[in-house]
Amino acid sequence: MSGRIRAGVETALARIAATQPALQAFQHVAADRALARADALDRADAPEGPLHGLPLALKDNIVARGIPTTAGSKILEGYQAPYDAAVVERLEAAGAVIVGTTRCDEFAMGSSTDNCAYGPAHNPWDLTRTPGGSSGGSAAAVAASLVPIALGSDTGGSIRQPASLCGVVGVKPTYGRVSRYGLMAFASSLDQIGPLTRTTREAAAVLEVISGHDARDSTSAQQPVPAFVAALTGDVRNVRIGVPRHLITNDVDEDVRAAFEAALAVAQSLGAEVRDVELPNADRGIAVYYLIATAEASANLARYDGVRYGHRAAGATSLPDLYERSRHDGFGAEVKRRIMLGTYVLSAGYYDAYYLKAQQVRTLIARDFARAFETVDVVALPTSPCAAFRLGERVDNPLQMYLADVYTVGANLAGLPGISVPCGFTTEGLPIGLQFIARPWDEATMLRTADAYEQATAWGERVPVAMAK
Amino acid sequence: MASTLEPKDVDRIATLARLTLTPDERLQFARQLNDVLRFVEQIRQVDTTGIAATSHPLAADAAWREDVPHTSLPNADALANAPDANREAGLFRVLKVIG
Repeated sequence: MSGRIRAGVETALARIAATQPALQAFQHVAADRALARADALDRADAPEGPLHGLPLALKDNIVARGIPTTAGSKILEGYQAPYDAAVVERLEAAGAVIVGTTRCDEFAMGSSTDNCAYGPAHNPWDLTRTPGGSSGGSAAAVAASLVPIALGSDTGGSIRQPASLCGVVGVKPTYGRVSRYGLMAFASSLDQIGPLTRTTREAAAVLEVISGHDARDSTSAQQPVPAFVAALTGDVRNVRIGVPRHLITNDVDEDVRAAFEAALAVAQSLGAEVRDVELPNADRGIAVYYLIATAEASANLARYDGVRYGHRAAGATSLPDLYERSRHDGFGAEVKRRIMLGTYVLSAGYYDAYYLKAQQVRTLIARDFARAFETVDVVALPTSPCAAFRLGERVDNPLQMYLADVYTVGANLAGLPGISVPCGFTTEGLPIGLQFIARPWDEATMLRTADAYEQATAWGERVPVAMAK
Repeated sequence: MASTLEPKDVDRIATLARLTLTPDERLQFARQLNDVLRFVEQIRQVDTTGIAATSHPLAADAAWREDVPHTSLPNADALANAPDANREAGLFRVLKVIG
């Protein structure tokens, strides 16, 4: 019994080291901390938790004591949080071993990891392509079998889209399901932590561990946590799947569209009922999202001022000058753009026209979902309109990058749970993801549907050849 | 009121946001922010008469808790990441603020 967990962690660390030059999935590898923790678990006589000894990676915007966290930003280079995130406490109590942090877009702002100040992560299916973002390193790490579990955060699709692009499972829980204590805030009314794993069953097990009320996050909900794993019965005969076909436009890649239709046929063959639903305001989601998320970001990122933590510029002549210089040096272009946009839409004379109007349309988007859920149990959509695109391809065109989130932002705006599961490959051999969105707090039905689909197919069992060695 | 940002507007926003921009960033951001603003104009077509604003999803119940004192972050931990601090006195140090 001695050393079994240590051996598993050593294997993970060796794989991470071997793949890091090409894949760049990790930002920081906490080898000593992980091995000490593994040894402690190997020695312990205590009962085993549900994640006993499993190596786990955190997105680089979730803090753990003793591990540097940068949120992909130069402004936080060298920062070490003096406390553990709520999810870290829960995962470690369940026996998980944190091996390090994964690359992400700066402050989770992006859909490709191109916006990481330390360089992007790469997609294990094609190293010239993006793993998606912003939790791209987490998705790449799971897809390349470096770790069985990674956490991400999802503000507009940042767990589901990289899961889709890397051929793994990613879950964004209901807003308020998982404590945000220890997650570096981007857009507080949208952010939610969730797992990326190889299977829905593993995601359900992790979700069960990290869910539940936490008084340190005032938006954490007082909701009972169902037994998510036990809910995976494989039976979807009573599940009604709604498909908003009016959203599947010509902008969707042909391979993605074909895989999506084939997935619906599989669900139908399992006994689920597939019917059309309307989400009349959903196509406004991107516009609403980029107004609300940037407004919230402009307020949240005001804290990075070179005073209490992070980069402080030299040569400042006054306190305001210190703020401006430190932020100028520390923030990358996309973060500056979003802070600027958010500041603008909140500024006098523009607030009503942009921010307030976006909040009203947000209400309509949420109502559309509520109405759809009167007749169906889950809504199905592609996760992303396209498979993994090339790194660097969209860097000069932020708006084009934003459009990649068209199918994912709705769940964040309405606070709903969403999952992406592998549902096929393009002719070029790149993974495609299928998304299910469910009612608030009904992750169980969403996970059951995804798991049944996964059991009936074998898409998630393929591994990227380049990484299989 | 389709608004177009001129570089001078970008300067004003940068000041509000406590950002300094390089001359290149100033021109590039004016163009890119205008692209985004043109795109988001579409929400004006949505009739929102009498529609309440959503500031938070699922925020029906306010979070109340008992007003019980509890331990907060120790002073030394709070100062641990400070670029400049007087650790003995337990203070962050900044440039002179008052005359």
